[in-house]
Amino acid sequence: MSKNNIVSHLKQKKISEVLSTGKRMDGRGFGDFRELTIKRNILFKSEGSAEVWLGKSHVMVGVKVGTGTPFEDTPDEGVLMTNAEFTPIANAAWEPGPPNEASIELARVVDRGIRSAEILDTASLCIISGKLVQIVFVDLYVLNYDGNLIDACSAGAIAALMGAKKPVYSVVEKEAKPTGEKVPLTIRKKPIAVSVIKIGDNLIIDPTADEEDVMDCRLTVTFDEEGNICTMQKSGSVGLTVDEIKKCINMAQEKAPEIRAKAIGD
Amino acid sequence: MSKKPTTKKTTARKPVRSKKSQKVISWKRADGRLFDELRPLKIESGVLPNADGSAYIEMGRNKILCGVFGPREMHPKHQAKPNEAVLRCRYHMAPFSVDPRRSPAPSRRDQEISMVMRSALEPAVFLERYPRASIDVYIEVLEADGGTRCASINAAAVALVDAGIPMKDLVAACAVGKIEDKLIVDLGDYEDKKGQSDMPVAYMPKLNKVTLLQMDGNMSAEENEKALNLAIEGCKKVYEVQREALKKKYGIDQPQDRPPKEFPPEEPAEEPQNEEGPE
Repeated sequence: MSKNNIVSHLKQKKISEVLSTGKRMDGRGFGDFRELTIKRNILFKSEGSAEVWLGKSHVMVGVKVGTGTPFEDTPDEGVLMTNAEFTPIANAAWEPGPPNEASIELARVVDRGIRSAEILDTASLCIISGKLVQIVFVDLYVLNYDGNLIDACSAGAIAALMGAKKPVYSVVEKEAKPTGEKVPLTIRKKPIAVSVIKIGDNLIIDPTADEEDVMDCRLTVTFDEEGNICTMQKSGSVGLTVDEIKKCINMAQEKAPEIRAKAIGD
Repeated sequence: MSKKPTTKKTTARKPVRSKKSQKVISWKRADGRLFDELRPLKIESGVLPNADGSAYIEMGRNKILCGVFGPREMHPKHQAKPNEAVLRCRYHMAPFSVDPRRSPAPSRRDQEISMVMRSALEPAVFLERYPRASIDVYIEVLEADGGTRCASINAAAVALVDAGIPMKDLVAACAVGKIEDKLIVDLGDYEDKKGQSDMPVAYMPKLNKVTLLQMDGNMSAEENEKALNLAIEGCKKVYEVQREALKKKYGIDQPQDRPPKEFPPEEPAEEPQNEEGPE
């Protein structure tokens, strides 16, 4: 997500300068999240949806449930697919076209968070073993970019999946037919990703677009509700010390329950 | 879709209907509308912080976002025209906007709609003001429910104005179709699929020019003429909603973001005494 915009040297200097005083450009502290608003089930045509505002970052998450053939090595399991789309309306520097590195990373990190927490009971998505399974598509649709898309999308994905309903199929003589009934997806866990970025010697969470552009590296940690780590992803070409990694995890862990509460709407 | 609480909405919740139609027509459509009644239409301008101009439209259950970028430098450069700006449109549907899910890669249909949108909007823009530049219009359909190309054109016209691009007129679009041998305005998804024909029309009300005209299905020449007139009536209703959306943001009687400029009382200007120093 970084290096989308050209940030002047002056801005870069200013951001580091302000950080060295213990504050950030928008007045937040290092561990403060921007305002997070999540609305669920706003689209009629998708099985589940969520609209996320994180500061000025705006993401629409749509969940669609279709059918298809299972993978050969898991004939009794349904499929979960996560896809991220950077729309050109989200940022002046983004162009239409096939997914770029950043959008693939976004989709992969969110996908691994959901997948490794095993939130979906994939066996329950099987209709005919080896022939037909249900496929759950999670589409992350970025409508406005102002940093920290991973956290916004991960919260949105959980919110959308929790409100999603899958159609029920009945199998008669090896023919699957939708019964017209819809039941909620069973969600076993609620993983939440929190990213910490490093600028100089400072570690901050929920970066804005400007901060992401000048960042040295980012560490995204996904936690389930018991505080276990599901996924980690480091990106950016500057190294982190072991101490820094510990600090990042602690910062992220503190924030995760707060974001989860917003995402699941408790 | 939701908006931040600070932004304002333009709503035309009450369906617009002509008095004449109520006398003549007794039957109602699948969704209870009269033959010349538009779906609830809502347009809001200036919704995207990163775009130069933007608009959000809800036309029935269609939910469409439009962002305009430009005039800006053309990339790639060889596509630039030396005498005028190039208007580029991209119509794109979200994978979750239809049933079943669609691939996010652009389809032939998307490319065709992008093309007809461009030709529908181009006549309204003073392209000659910006030689070598590009004006990019990006459409993202979040939810589709029939008539997305018309809704997209309506949003794009408002977004172009919002971007401050000089326009000769707004472009309003509306579809007319035939179902059970009766002409109807602003087809919904059901009517689009079950109907006998579909005719999207875009129209510039002030210049009195049709900029988009497509037709699928079958119609007699007589019906076709009637349909075109109905479509233009529909466009005029849309045009009013577009104007309202812009007035909401830019109208004089609306509270402005900036306080009105106050001109200082005229004083004899003091000559600056070479304060700027040598060049």
